Amino acid sequence: MITYLFLAIFICLMGYMVYFQTVKSEDFINSPYNSRQDTFADRVVRGKIMSADGKVLAETVVDAAGNETRKYPYGNMYAHVVGFSTNGKSGIESNMNFNLLRSHSFVLERMFNEIKDEKSMGDNVVTTLDSTLQEAAYQALGNYDGAVVVMEPSTGKVLAMVSKPDFDPNTIAADWDSIISEDNNNSVLLNRATQGLYPPGSTFKIITTLEYIRENPDYENYSYSCNGSITENDFTIHCYNNAVHGTQDLKQSFANSCNSSYANIGLSLDTDSLSDLCSDLMFDKTLPGNFETSKSQFKLTDESPESMKMQTAIGQGETLVTPLHMLLITSAIANDGILMKPYVVDHTENENGIEVKKYEPAASKQLLSEKEAKTMQEFMAGVVADGTASKLNGQSYTAYGKTGSAEFNNNKGESHSWFVGYAHREDKEDIAVVVIAEGAGAGSTVAVPAAKQVFDAYYR
Amino acid sequence: MVHLIVELSKYALIILFSVYTYECFAVFRNISERKQEKKFKRQARILYVIHFTAYLVIFAVTEDAYTFIFYLAQIILLVVVRNVYKLCYPTASRLLVNNMCMLMIIGFIILTRLNFGHAIKQFAIAAVSCVISLVIPVMIRRMGFFRNLTWIYAAIGIVELGIVCIAGSTSYGAKISFTIAGITVQPSEFIKILFVFFVAAMYHKSTEFRQVIITTLIAALHVLILVLSRDLGGALIFFVAYMAMLYVATRKPLYFAGGLLAGSVAAVIAYKLFNHVRVRVVAWKTPLKVIDKEGYQICQSLFAIGTGSFFGLGLYQGMPNKIPVVEQDFIFAAISEELGGMFALCLILVCVSCFLMFLNIAMQLKDSFYKLVALGLGTIYGFQVFLTIGGVTKFIPSTGVTLPLVSYGGSSMLSTLIIFGIIQGLYILREDEGVSHNEKGEYKSAKKKAKSGFETEVRDLS
Repeated sequence: MITYLFLAIFICLMGYMVYFQTVKSEDFINSPYNSRQDTFADRVVRGKIMSADGKVLAETVVDAAGNETRKYPYGNMYAHVVGFSTNGKSGIESNMNFNLLRSHSFVLERMFNEIKDEKSMGDNVVTTLDSTLQEAAYQALGNYDGAVVVMEPSTGKVLAMVSKPDFDPNTIAADWDSIISEDNNNSVLLNRATQGLYPPGSTFKIITTLEYIRENPDYENYSYSCNGSITENDFTIHCYNNAVHGTQDLKQSFANSCNSSYANIGLSLDTDSLSDLCSDLMFDKTLPGNFETSKSQFKLTDESPESMKMQTAIGQGETLVTPLHMLLITSAIANDGILMKPYVVDHTENENGIEVKKYEPAASKQLLSEKEAKTMQEFMAGVVADGTASKLNGQSYTAYGKTGSAEFNNNKGESHSWFVGYAHREDKEDIAVVVIAEGAGAGSTVAVPAAKQVFDAYYR
Repeated sequence: MVHLIVELSKYALIILFSVYTYECFAVFRNISERKQEKKFKRQARILYVIHFTAYLVIFAVTEDAYTFIFYLAQIILLVVVRNVYKLCYPTASRLLVNNMCMLMIIGFIILTRLNFGHAIKQFAIAAVSCVISLVIPVMIRRMGFFRNLTWIYAAIGIVELGIVCIAGSTSYGAKISFTIAGITVQPSEFIKILFVFFVAAMYHKSTEFRQVIITTLIAALHVLILVLSRDLGGALIFFVAYMAMLYVATRKPLYFAGGLLAGSVAAVIAYKLFNHVRVRVVAWKTPLKVIDKEGYQICQSLFAIGTGSFFGLGLYQGMPNKIPVVEQDFIFAAISEELGGMFALCLILVCVSCFLMFLNIAMQLKDSFYKLVALGLGTIYGFQVFLTIGGVTKFIPSTGVTLPLVSYGGSSMLSTLIIFGIIQGLYILREDEGVSHNEKGEYKSAKKKAKSGFETEVRDLS
């Protein structure tokens, strides 16, 4: 019996080892802490990074003398998402480093190269990025600092990811000193799309609304009379530009982004329950996917003063989010509550285009119920139909969304311009977009037109 | 060109070692003695070819003439050990001799690659240990009084462990060794042998309830001292060996279940009580999250094993020295990285074939003292292999034990060779029994097929 017991545990051990090598080892091999990766560069020419539609985003050019240069044909456009591979590594260059340095060329060819003492060609990484959308997103953000991310809610494929200010990965080695010098406070290396922490502004009303609906099944009977501001305990919150919205139900409050009404809602909410909801929605958590992300912050507690509850309800206060995070919440709403794990690498292939490894879409988790998602879809449609995002109305596609104007400097009244939303047309997959333009003012003036450019490019 | 040699050699080594491993199990099949003899000879030839190939690579890469001299010295040791066994103990288990040499050779190869100085030291210790272990089979045959020293074993064991616990030097958080005249000794490596003799002697005398209680208390004392010395791996090995011996001696499942329960409770208490236990569990559960501190070692190990993949990176092509304590507890990761996951799997199978041999000898011995000794030593060997490989691959939390015969370390090498010597002694004893009593029919009826598909029963090879 003891023999069999031991045999069984040894068989388990060997089974585990095979499992580790075939499945689990990826996580460890690709870790940036694994210094073994770079030894491969002695034998292999780093592979290409390509867009989903076959454009080369990064490639290694070898000159006659055997010197290798990494070229990025689109310069700044893909700077953050593709990343760089000198002076450290970032983006896909970092995450897929090991795959780019592995060669799955034909065995005989590799042996032949070995004998000739020549390098083999590394595998190519084909991304989910769509060059049309990336370009549209890049142009749409214009000269503003900020970020635009486009994703397919049904699969989690990231179709475009732009962050500004940016840099030229072709010249990063030469520019390095000025980029990292202390006088330079642009933080151009920071990928604002995944790591930038911003006050969510009115886009947070998506979460406030969801909490209100959960606490009040009769939410359709909600009514508030807006006269441009609300005061509680000597603390006053104004509607944007002191607009007076009059009598508002919940859907109208959402469509018009009525701050007074939402501050009023904020005072009525159960703080613990709201905090639990935020936790379920991945605040203070690492987001799914392989991106280098910052954790969004939600700090409201039972002890917080009323003024903080009011501010939090309208997305001000101490709450901070990353653009990718807001996009994931929106995608889950568009996908009837199910969040797909976001990913940017579709597959790897050898130099002759034969697929080596395919990355499949995977559900991350159910963020909200299907019923709640449907309600939020209806609310977000209202924002476009007769609310702050009406510039998206009357297109060949149906748009859904929420705008935001996030104040970040109380004295000057400056604000970031936000939009999160998605669009639907029968003949194509839905796409979700997040736009944040730093210091650009109201969401409706900059972020909505920028999102429109992306939607237009997609449905053209 | 050097790289080509490295590349080709790694496939050659895997193929050769696979054939060797296959033969390890194929000899258990019902084949004629002549065929078996042929298989053992083939194993020996493969052994020499693997040894040659690996050192060819080492020489090609390092271009160090000393590695060549070192290679010759190892050849001499191999030839001497094999021929002494052949001449003095013609009935000894050829499979065990082959495996013993193979494991030592793999150890020398990987140690030469990791740290040449340590490899030479290891070789010197191995040479001395081999000489010592060669006289052990004689001692087993000639000296019947081993079974009467019951309390002496326990006294030496507990006193020694106690001294180490109080006065020993600390290495990697555990007090397990002390240094005399420049030689560092790890007493628990030897006391585990005495412990097995103690338990076997106790249960040889009687398996009544009173005897079980007394023996269990003494065994628990051993384990407790080891836990206090923070030698968790050692404590676990003693515990498991005792459980196996208790079960086989008494054949009462109730004792076994009770022991397992007590062990589980003790494990939970240890988890709550000791920080260093919790640290290891955390490092096991989420190594990448604590990579900067607790998880550093296991992550480096998994980087090595993962990057090496099934076929390995080739000798000198990886970075095994990045793994802390790679020469001792984590040598398996270095082997897996450079020689490949397939090679590493074969290595496990070779260890398993040793273990099966140990237990089969135990099952066939008539004398209950010898039976329990073989069983206890077999369990110790098998469980130690499991603990170290499981820990390195993150199958179980790391406990910090060495891979017998392969890892760097004198105490471990000597004690394992003594264990192999004792088992050979018992094997020869059984062979002689077998010849005189003609019990072949009985062997056949006891033959069973193991789940792995290999026949595990060892037949009369004489």
